[in-house]
Amino acid sequence: MTQHQMDRRAAVNKLLAARDGALVVTGLGSPSYDVHAAGDEDSNFYLWGAMGGAALTGLGLAQAQRDTRVMVITGDGEQLMAFGALATIAVAAPKNLDIIVLDNQHFGETGMQPSHTGRGICLARVAAATGFADSAELRSLEEVDALVDRLRMPAAGPRLFVLKIKAENLPRSLPPRDAVFVKNRFRAHLGLAPC
Amino acid sequence: MTVAEVMSAGTTPRDLATDWPLELYDLLKAAGIRQVSYVPDAGHSTLIRLFSEDRDVTTNVLTTEEEGIAIATGAWLGGERSVVLMQSSGVGNCINMLSLPVQTRTPMFMLVTMRGEWAEFNPWQVPMGQATEAALRAIGVTVMRAETGEDLVEVVAQAAGMAFEADQQIAVLIGQRLLGKKKW
Repeated sequence: MTQHQMDRRAAVNKLLAARDGALVVTGLGSPSYDVHAAGDEDSNFYLWGAMGGAALTGLGLAQAQRDTRVMVITGDGEQLMAFGALATIAVAAPKNLDIIVLDNQHFGETGMQPSHTGRGICLARVAAATGFADSAELRSLEEVDALVDRLRMPAAGPRLFVLKIKAENLPRSLPPRDAVFVKNRFRAHLGLAPC
Repeated sequence: MTVAEVMSAGTTPRDLATDWPLELYDLLKAAGIRQVSYVPDAGHSTLIRLFSEDRDVTTNVLTTEEEGIAIATGAWLGGERSVVLMQSSGVGNCINMLSLPVQTRTPMFMLVTMRGEWAEFNPWQVPMGQATEAALRAIGVTVMRAETGEDLVEVVAQAAGMAFEADQQIAVLIGQRLLGKKKW
């Protein structure tokens, strides 16, 4: 049975069109390209490496900026490398951290090898088991429209949503490679000194 | 000892051979630390307790040490200073994640209690203990060491300055000789 999977860029466009001041951290590879393709912003922090670091970078940021929503947009492989991070984030229980996993069930950058999520692991259920305040698995852009409204509601704790996307490598939309520039631009957006 | 008691104990001189954790707590507070993450070690237990009781500081218990490197980077992105506490065995877990602060030139401050180097009874601690300093240097972290409580207080005070005022990624290794033999 074929299950529905959505276009990743269309889904990310919908989420970012409604970001409403949210700070965005992206996981390496295609999620960084998807967010950049939707429009480069000073309030985007793109990872080009440090696999497994996206959600936790989001946690540190959310703890420093408690009044601002932080949205992490990453892939299934990147989040699988930070499986334990879901426990750390659930225990920390920030109310301003949302994790979006773009799940194509493959390691897309390295030759489309199937990942754990294509072999029965459901990250939304893992998040629920660890104690995330809200989590779900979405398969259509209509569901993403509903998610946009859901994300506008105040959260009781961290939230994680898995978006089942098509396994395809779209044309790359490369964010700036200069990590110091991206960091300083992000900090300047928050009124912080460069360094 | 509660935070309030530590704060009010400032009038009596401390014996840094034993009271260095209290001095480190004061130093790190004075350096503006707002987030602390850790995988526990006996040598860090006093600091962990003091920071956990401190309502002005956010603490994160980690499932593995590299999580703390990413959290600290995010904290700095959002304008807060942090410190990551771990044992030398955890340094190996951090290596690739350290590319994040190294590449973004984000201040990073790690306090590492050493195993596998002095009166060590567990041979499994020796390989990573012996590799700790070389591994940190190889990924681009500046390493400092202290062998006495007095030395440690001085090293941490200036290392925090180098991390947060000069944008360096720094690990201070707390010698096992200073920590003493683990009791079973």
